[in-house]
Amino acid sequence: MSETMLEPHAEEPLDTDLPDGELAKRLATTWGTAGGIIGALSTVDHKIIGRRYILTGFLFLILGGLAAVAMRLQLAVPDNSLIGPDLYNQIFTMHGTTMMFLFGVPIGEALAVYLVPLMVGTRNIAFPRLNAFSYYVYLFGGLMIWVAFALNIGPDNGWFSYVPLAGPEFSPGKRADFWAQLVTFTEVAALAVAVEIVVTVLKLRAPGMTLDRIPLFVWAMFVNAFLIIFAMPAVMLGSTMLILDRLLDTHFFNQAEGGDPLLWQHLFWFFGHPEVYIIFLPGTAFVSAIVATFARRPVFGYPAIVLSLIATGFLSFGLWVHHMFTTGLPQLGATFFTASSMMIAIPTGIQIFCWIGTLWDGKPIYRTPLLFVLGFFFIFVAGGLSGVMLASVPIDTQVHDTYFVVAHFHYVLIGGAVFPLIGAIYYWFPKFTGRMLGERLGRCHFWLAFIGFNVAFFPMHISGLRGMPRRVYTYPAEMGWDTLNLISTLGAALFVVSFLVFIYNVAASARGGDIAGDNPWDAATLEWATTSPPPPHNFDRIPFVTSREPLWAERETLPVVTGLAVDKREVVITTTTEARPDLKESSPDPTVWPFVSAIVVTVIFIATIFTPWALAWGAPAAALVMIAWFWPKSVEEDK
Amino acid sequence: MEHRVVRDLSDLPSYAFGPRMTMWWGTLSFCLLEGTGFALALGGYLYLAFVNPDWPLGPPPPLFWSGIFTLLMLASLVPNFVIERAARGENLFRVRLLLVVMSAAGLLVTGARVMEFAVLPVRWDFNAYGSLLWVILGLHAAHLVTDVVDTVIVTVLMFTRHGFGRRFSDVEDNAFYWNFVVLSWLPTYFVLYWVPRL
Repeated sequence: MSETMLEPHAEEPLDTDLPDGELAKRLATTWGTAGGIIGALSTVDHKIIGRRYILTGFLFLILGGLAAVAMRLQLAVPDNSLIGPDLYNQIFTMHGTTMMFLFGVPIGEALAVYLVPLMVGTRNIAFPRLNAFSYYVYLFGGLMIWVAFALNIGPDNGWFSYVPLAGPEFSPGKRADFWAQLVTFTEVAALAVAVEIVVTVLKLRAPGMTLDRIPLFVWAMFVNAFLIIFAMPAVMLGSTMLILDRLLDTHFFNQAEGGDPLLWQHLFWFFGHPEVYIIFLPGTAFVSAIVATFARRPVFGYPAIVLSLIATGFLSFGLWVHHMFTTGLPQLGATFFTASSMMIAIPTGIQIFCWIGTLWDGKPIYRTPLLFVLGFFFIFVAGGLSGVMLASVPIDTQVHDTYFVVAHFHYVLIGGAVFPLIGAIYYWFPKFTGRMLGERLGRCHFWLAFIGFNVAFFPMHISGLRGMPRRVYTYPAEMGWDTLNLISTLGAALFVVSFLVFIYNVAASARGGDIAGDNPWDAATLEWATTSPPPPHNFDRIPFVTSREPLWAERETLPVVTGLAVDKREVVITTTTEARPDLKESSPDPTVWPFVSAIVVTVIFIATIFTPWALAWGAPAAALVMIAWFWPKSVEEDK
Repeated sequence: MEHRVVRDLSDLPSYAFGPRMTMWWGTLSFCLLEGTGFALALGGYLYLAFVNPDWPLGPPPPLFWSGIFTLLMLASLVPNFVIERAARGENLFRVRLLLVVMSAAGLLVTGARVMEFAVLPVRWDFNAYGSLLWVILGLHAAHLVTDVVDTVIVTVLMFTRHGFGRRFSDVEDNAFYWNFVVLSWLPTYFVLYWVPRL
């Protein structure tokens, strides 16, 4: 180890040299975001990027939701001619694609981007410029696909874009190519954030936050990041093969030339099944945080929950073939995947029992966030049970591609992800904005959502069992599906009203809600140790963690560490397991280059839809802007 | 909330090497996700080899340029190992020298890869076998070129005024990633070049 390495920064002012008020001011200047449009596009503050991610995720939820409303209106009555088959195909594809790629995955990561650095007690996410880059890539990808849809070139092969339907023979034009490139955009963004979360959790935890003191929220996001790292490459590879088959005449999925359409299904579902857990694990993160706070006690069975999260992560990679039971697989293979599909119910069940045990032993306070968690228990368990039914090959064969499956996965995804997410927004809105959401409107929102959801989706189980296939734009009256569909549409209308109440509550409370204070729920984790909203540097001094519930263990004063620079961005790096302080690493300053790089990458991705040569002339341009991004701007950064 | 100072970190260093740094873990995470990509691509190859009764659907790729490429890649591990040690020792002269060697080695193996593409016996649009061959080799070539470009940039960087302090750690991370580029090649080489000959 050299001498330069051990030399302290004697010449720079440290936080030990300044009084409290002055310290907060100086740190806010050092870590702040400049004004103006360039400042806004250059920011690397994880809270600002996280907030943009959350708002954009909700924007896509609204767009995907409007697509669902259009479908429900079309299906409300038999032989309806409101929407024609071609537009209907685009709408259901846009609905699924938006909800899975532009809302489901990014929204979990969005909350992680905002909250994980605060919960582990650091000043910014690891690789904050990559974080900014990922957001812009995600935004541009989402805009691309919706602009394409507006121009009547929206994808129309369903959210899993099966070949040969999506191949060059049966889908001429550019619709399927836009879908394939959307996957590239969103996966680049998702993978970048996953890497940031992994490194933030491993290396940026506050001193003293040993592995067994990591909040369950952070554990869930950490495991989730690994799922993304191992699952997303499959769909990137698959969508690249698809676009190559379409643009460069390769034959990956062309049976006539040695390819196999089932290769697409294997690659897609190797991603697609973990994807369900990538959407669900952030839900468990929200539930663990909310349950502990509102039960007024630590979550029961911490080690069991952590091990269940990890087990879920592993098992989620052993289930993908249950999406392919009707493709004529060997019986032994199908049996294996039936067993593994049933087995994953065990770790999920353990978590649910731990949360129920926590509430049973605690003194629950039934505020809106907890109501949404209770709604989650009911809806998600119902969806899980129909999932165990579908794991059985004979049942799956009967109801495959019917509304029974549609009902099942909406119970799992809306129950497992959206209800906890809405609870999470009620819970953390005070931290994001400094104001509380209205409680009365929150309760109204919950009951409308809970009743509306069940009225919309429960009848789909029955319409599915009565043989109604998914993805049909209309049906004849003689089929006897009309009453059930009308009920579903009415339920969907109620569900929409619940979201209108939510939007009104957010808009009204952001301006006139009650002032929250630092810790309005008297919660235990570190994000509540700072102001609401937090300052640019998150904490005036980095907390020192002595317990799994730091704010409940230290009610009088917060133990902190000092000795960090004030006039340059510095974060504490700790050891991976014991979180002993090890280094003071500099954290990147704002720069506009990630934004510029995202624009260049967007131009290349979109141009490759039209000519493969875009990659050849685009690569040097991308390399140049990335060099500009990475090249040190001053010798200060080299120290 | 009032603060209670329990520890002073003024004396901590600002950088180190290997797993003590965030960049090392970031690089490892990218190796994991890219390694998954390679594993799946090779899995796709083996899947199509399994479902097609007469695999390969064309002559196996020749061994000459790929053999040179493989030997050069393996040989490059030696200076790569030495450069990691020189970086940890913050020996600027040796780091500069070895970076020039590694940049040259990178350009050399890239040349061998270009020659390899020129002699592939099947075009990508001929059949699925050709598609796999081109795309998997292309996937590896993309990693190769990325790291060679990165090595050249780090070389230039170390000859500027920035060539000190934590930049030595960057040199080490660059060398770490090169190990991944070499190691990911070995199973790729085996599957593409030797499985069809088994």
